[in-house]
Amino acid sequence: MNIIFFLIACSVTLALFFLGAFFWSHNSGQNKDLYTPSVRILFDDELVEKPAEEKTAEENEQKLKSNQ
Amino acid sequence: MAVITNEVCYHCGDDCVSKLLVKDEKNFCCNGCLNVYSILSAGNLHNYYKLNKHPGESQKKENQQFDYLNVPDIAAKLLSYKDAEKTIVTFYLPSIHCSSCIWLLEHLNTLDAGIIESRVDFLKKQVYLQFDHNHTTLQQVAQLLTSIGYEPLISLQDVVNESNSKNDGLIPKIAVAGFCFGNVMILSFPAYFGISATEKHFGEFFSVLNLLFCIPVVFYSGLDYFKRAYYSLKQGVLNIDFPLALGIAVLFLRSIGDYSFGVGEGFADTLTGLVFFLLIGKFVQQKTYHHLSFERDYRSFFPVAVDVMNENGETKPVALESIKEGDRISVKNQEIIPADAILLNGNALIDFSFVTGESKPVQKVLGEIIYAGGRQTAGSLELEVIKPVSQSYLTGLWNNESFQKSNDTKTKTFVTKVSHYFSIILLSLATLTFLFWLPTSWQIGLNAFTAILIIACPCALALSTPFTMGAALSILDKNKFYLKNTDVVEQLAAIDTIVFDKTGTVTLAENNSVEFIGNLSYTESNMVYSVCKNSSHPLSRKICSFLNSSENFMIEDFNELVGKGMYATYNGQEILIGSADFVFGANNKAITSPQVHVSINREYLGYFKINQKLRPQLGELMLSLNKNYHTYLISGDSNQDNNLLKQYFKSNLHLLYKQSPQDKLDFIAKQQRNDAKVLMIGDGLNDAGALQQSNTGIAVTDNINNFTPGSDAILDGKSFHLLPNILKFTKATVNIIHLSFCIAICYNIIGISFAIQGKLSPLIAAILMPVSTVTIILFTSISTHIQAKKHHLLP
Repeated sequence: MNIIFFLIACSVTLALFFLGAFFWSHNSGQNKDLYTPSVRILFDDELVEKPAEEKTAEENEQKLKSNQ
Repeated sequence: MAVITNEVCYHCGDDCVSKLLVKDEKNFCCNGCLNVYSILSAGNLHNYYKLNKHPGESQKKENQQFDYLNVPDIAAKLLSYKDAEKTIVTFYLPSIHCSSCIWLLEHLNTLDAGIIESRVDFLKKQVYLQFDHNHTTLQQVAQLLTSIGYEPLISLQDVVNESNSKNDGLIPKIAVAGFCFGNVMILSFPAYFGISATEKHFGEFFSVLNLLFCIPVVFYSGLDYFKRAYYSLKQGVLNIDFPLALGIAVLFLRSIGDYSFGVGEGFADTLTGLVFFLLIGKFVQQKTYHHLSFERDYRSFFPVAVDVMNENGETKPVALESIKEGDRISVKNQEIIPADAILLNGNALIDFSFVTGESKPVQKVLGEIIYAGGRQTAGSLELEVIKPVSQSYLTGLWNNESFQKSNDTKTKTFVTKVSHYFSIILLSLATLTFLFWLPTSWQIGLNAFTAILIIACPCALALSTPFTMGAALSILDKNKFYLKNTDVVEQLAAIDTIVFDKTGTVTLAENNSVEFIGNLSYTESNMVYSVCKNSSHPLSRKICSFLNSSENFMIEDFNELVGKGMYATYNGQEILIGSADFVFGANNKAITSPQVHVSINREYLGYFKINQKLRPQLGELMLSLNKNYHTYLISGDSNQDNNLLKQYFKSNLHLLYKQSPQDKLDFIAKQQRNDAKVLMIGDGLNDAGALQQSNTGIAVTDNINNFTPGSDAILDGKSFHLLPNILKFTKATVNIIHLSFCIAICYNIIGISFAIQGKLSPLIAAILMPVSTVTIILFTSISTHIQAKKHHLLP
């Protein structure tokens, strides 16, 4: 049963590691703005329409790649 | 008369008055909106309009140029970082309001390649900008933001650099307490089920670990409770922190004692749980409104820099604090007069509504002294400063003793009152129990003594207020009523007298209703419109926006006589617009509201009546408030609107006019001497003293970014009609606190009955504490929401 001493030491170390991780994230300002990132992630940069020629050129390239 | 088009502006969603502003088959309400659209479409940023419908803000007002940002001294104060390659600055942009704003502002580098990075903090309405100052300048960045409709608000008291470090310490403390609480609970479980004698060494090991976990909880997370208890003892007050600190200390010492003498497992689980829940309660109570500031003072009202003229007539921006006596300054239309000054040149029509409450602009003649704080409303002025900003009238008013004095008139909160008696009863009960057991056995006596202090530790009591208030605050917040702190709820519940300010509170400051008494044909109305368009007088502007014509006639011989009216001709027809003695054929009637008379070709046509527009639903509001409260109206204005307003108040004595800021303050103080609990509802600096003096001061504003000194709460004008419901709701909230206090006392009595007999085991304490806490949290949150629904504050 002495393994319990080892296991508890492991669990406490692991928990301390998470506490440390929380402190790091807090001090690096990750909790400062909790709202904007939730909006930002929904922006789709693809919405910006590329000029038609560019698009077809890219598509062709992709087709070529997939053919190979 | 007015041409009604059903088109709305593609940019801001306002109604389009004329059909002239069209681009890419899209209508725009004004040139500003059209410009923004052109800039964005040229930069291929159409996405802005795809994310939301009409995402823009109306661009009808004039924009400033930000010349002063080129002055290194001024710019240096705004910058947060600068090196050889890049500059970092944070701007406060009040117009941020939707996801399109975020998208656009974070794509600024497509419009200006010099901008390296831009990030928006939506709730604080700030944009964090990194730019290469070799490619672009601070002024250009500010102008770019303005040109796309996001004018940065830069004021003397800079809102941006103010650090919001108030609650920074709390979250790490909660994290540590939560971490220790969780671990202690795991390690305590074996003891709850009993550890057999063969495994006793495990029990000891767990106890040591538990004690180790208690150390950071007591000396880091819980330290504030000891500090505050110490400060309150020093002032001779027993507040809620005293029994809490005592409980924490006794729990800790008892746990050490139990371990050292091998008599039990100790109370580590209760201790860590207690601190954790207390801190959570504090976190819930702390609500910060990033977009509001209750601490702003007169400095945020002033601009950062003024244009100073040198001998050659050239202007250059100078920081406001370096303005000195004798400087010649130039103040443009819609700018604030920053210091007391003599008028040298220009048509001065100054709006002092912010300082005195008088809504009509004041005409000043050359050589007259203009006090700081007024807003110029017609053309640019040339002024000579006679007093620097720090000694000006407005600054003096703000620094006036009565405006500054600390507020001891605010009522004591329920918890403060209760915890005083609570502490005394608790201590005497514990001592009596100790003395009772002393003859039998001092061990049992000590055991019972500490047990009472532990179990009676008012955790549930300390949590009832934060959780109720936290819930109430977020409900009020949804109704656009923002409180400075939670104590305001209790102060509001105790109110019995309500004093209203007039301008901007009962009446709408901007939006006056205009009606024409008489008959105007379509051509005539266009003629009047075309004449009024040439004048910058506020009444002319109101008439313009009322007539809202699309056709602009070419008028000739336009002539404006200050204080009288306007004269012009169109196709040989003579047009006179102005006051009764100026316009031909107008008879002088008793004037109750401003009137503008019109005659064309010596034929009197009628007059425009400009009414103060009352807030909608004022009647219902006053009807409901008059039942339970004494209501008064107090105004800096003359009694021109008395007929309109007196129906809403009990008698003529309840309406006071021509009151200076000091009079208002004195009136409130007089009411308070008669034991009235006064709620002052006002706006602007002219009410600041009264707001400060009152038991609770509410600032009503249509733009919550406005400057609202001295107020305890800010109410958005749109929610003004909800005031009776809000007051009833605060009363209900206080009742909920009383009820939850009763529940907490019941739990305490159960616990103490164990403790007095010296039978309190750590298990009972460990069960009772979280159960009472959870009961209180559930009870307060649920009943607050039920009350909010009852008073129509929640759907």
